[in-house]
Amino acid sequence: MAIIQQIIFIAALGATAWLIFQRVGIIGKTIRLGKDEDRTDQPGKRLSIMLRVAFGQKKMFDRPLIGFLHFAVYAGFILINIEVLEIILDGILGTHRIFAGPLGSFYGVLIGFFELLALGVLISCSIFFIRRSLLKVERFQPSRHREMNGWPQLDGKLILVFEIVLMLTILSMNAADSALQNLGSAHYPPAGDFLISQWMKPLFAGWNEGALIAYERIAWWVHIMGIFVFALYLTYSKHLHIALAFPNTYFSRLEPKGEMKNMPEITQEVKIMLGLETQAGDAAVPERFGAKDVADLSWKNLMDAYSCTECGRCTAACPANITGKKLSPRKIMMDTRDRLEDVGRNMSANKGEFVPDSKSLLGDYILEEEILACTTCNACVQECPVLINPLDIILQLRRHKVMDEAHAPGSWNMMFQNLDTNQAPWKFSPGDRFNWVQGLEKNSTES
Amino acid sequence: MSELAYRVPTMAEMAANNETPEVLFWVGCAGSFDDRYKKVTVAFVKILNSAGVKFAVLGTEESCTGDPARRAGNEFTFQMLAMSNIQVLDMYNVRKIVTACPHCFNTLKNEYPALGGNYEVLHHSEYLQQLIDAGRVRLQGGEVFKGKKITFHDSCYLGRANDVYEAPRHVLEALDADLVEMKRCRTKGLCCGAGGGQMFKEPEPGKKDVNIERIEEALQTGADTIAVACPFCMVMMTDGVKNKEKEQSVKVYDLAELIAQAKGL
Repeated sequence: MAIIQQIIFIAALGATAWLIFQRVGIIGKTIRLGKDEDRTDQPGKRLSIMLRVAFGQKKMFDRPLIGFLHFAVYAGFILINIEVLEIILDGILGTHRIFAGPLGSFYGVLIGFFELLALGVLISCSIFFIRRSLLKVERFQPSRHREMNGWPQLDGKLILVFEIVLMLTILSMNAADSALQNLGSAHYPPAGDFLISQWMKPLFAGWNEGALIAYERIAWWVHIMGIFVFALYLTYSKHLHIALAFPNTYFSRLEPKGEMKNMPEITQEVKIMLGLETQAGDAAVPERFGAKDVADLSWKNLMDAYSCTECGRCTAACPANITGKKLSPRKIMMDTRDRLEDVGRNMSANKGEFVPDSKSLLGDYILEEEILACTTCNACVQECPVLINPLDIILQLRRHKVMDEAHAPGSWNMMFQNLDTNQAPWKFSPGDRFNWVQGLEKNSTES
Repeated sequence: MSELAYRVPTMAEMAANNETPEVLFWVGCAGSFDDRYKKVTVAFVKILNSAGVKFAVLGTEESCTGDPARRAGNEFTFQMLAMSNIQVLDMYNVRKIVTACPHCFNTLKNEYPALGGNYEVLHHSEYLQQLIDAGRVRLQGGEVFKGKKITFHDSCYLGRANDVYEAPRHVLEALDADLVEMKRCRTKGLCCGAGGGQMFKEPEPGKKDVNIERIEEALQTGADTIAVACPFCMVMMTDGVKNKEKEQSVKVYDLAELIAQAKGL
């Protein structure tokens, strides 16, 4: 019997690992579709940003209570993984609490600590679930934000339910274990009452040994299988941020937020037009200006899309969105990921090669009206807890619209024309540029 | 042209006399052509004169930095303007630039280096703070603003784009007025609605204009003066005040205008 359980366990572990490996492969492949961009300079500064923003969750503490609850879930998730290691070893080797013997009395302390974390996760996730379902936090409402309709809303709740179930199973499993220890059950050597689960023991009062063993085993299996499913699920979910927050903050932009990326491929042409010397190293004119689809964006834009957990802090701060425009920076990131997932499925179905599907990010996912509404105020960039930059994508899409499709609002075309002919965005003669100085004349009424 | 009460030398004049200015005042298109912002240009020039700063302007040799073209997606027009400006600036061997426009400031400071233009660039809020700290601009008495309530509207291209939050506030503190903050300020400051080329087009369909959302917040502070540090914010906030029919009780001024008023210039 025991050997069958071990075989099932090893098969489940292997299948999970294989499926996750496949998913990671396709995610990595779609990220590498993006253009090259060097984000490896200043490693010391990058490491420090990653430690503060991802590890220390600095930006989450902008809202202290939510920051604290989120930190509880995060700390629980990271540290409870040590206990998962024990569970996996037990599963493979057919042992029970393999660390209990070698660790001696410290084992009880350790499990107590994990239980404390589990309680923190349980409470935080329950609060988050209530907040999502009942409190009508504005930025989660599909009625107000169309990108939250359907799957994204369900995804957010499923993750919380998952975590609540996982914590309940581990705590009740430990309580059943203690109850079995008290009965002197053969396979349950004494490890003492645990910090939190001892309070759940009354639930098992009066249960006989067989029922307790059955419960303990079921809870154990539900817990570990739940973790396997959860690990695979998160590669499809917004919850992928728990892994990608780290590289995403490490490779974030170090330049001032106001600086737009230069287009060296245009400099060559401008130099020729101005009669300036060109250099052999100047970039050649590309096939396409700006970005129309995901492959035109940089790999970091694409990693940003997979890192987004759809919290909507960007959208809640966006002046365009606040005033009812179609633009939502969160939707820009979700659309980019949706496109990447579609491209990934296309590649998987076609032996790893992308077969053109007559769709593109701009037009089929993100609409012109959305990118036109942006004021480039950087509020979305400022807000993101994992340093995603939606503005960078918006501006690259605008470049495509204007330079490649020569399509812009009429008043922008007027502005461009004025700039080309008068070197000012308005229709004034360049010769009048210094006329303001009349405001300084002695008899001036201007000032 | 009748006699000027203040000196405004051009770079061309300076170069002809073999002189080098301490700083080039980059006026910008709004500062040159927009009737309202021309007053800010004038106020800033008066302050520079009274502080004894040896400055110069480019006059008719200045062009748009290219910011609105670049943000709207037109990189060709941006680079054409930027490269010609860099040629002019380098011809005069310009090292240090001050400007009253955060968009010019951001573009000159952060985006010209990639095209070969390297200068020390300051926004006029930073420059005014330096002049005040160095004692070159002195504000005595502070009678003009005593008891007045001023709120400062952060410009995106000064604040989030370049992390300049405190310099304008230091300048306002020198006025001895009562400085009150809006709920959304500094890193959380709400845009006026004009950046990213919005100044030059109608807003996309929505339920409200951004400047109305912002002016409501500014009015909630009870301030009688809304201080701005950007020509676009100036337009948007002034329009907002008009929309709320508060022109009589609430005024929108640039930092330089407030300092000039305090000095009786």
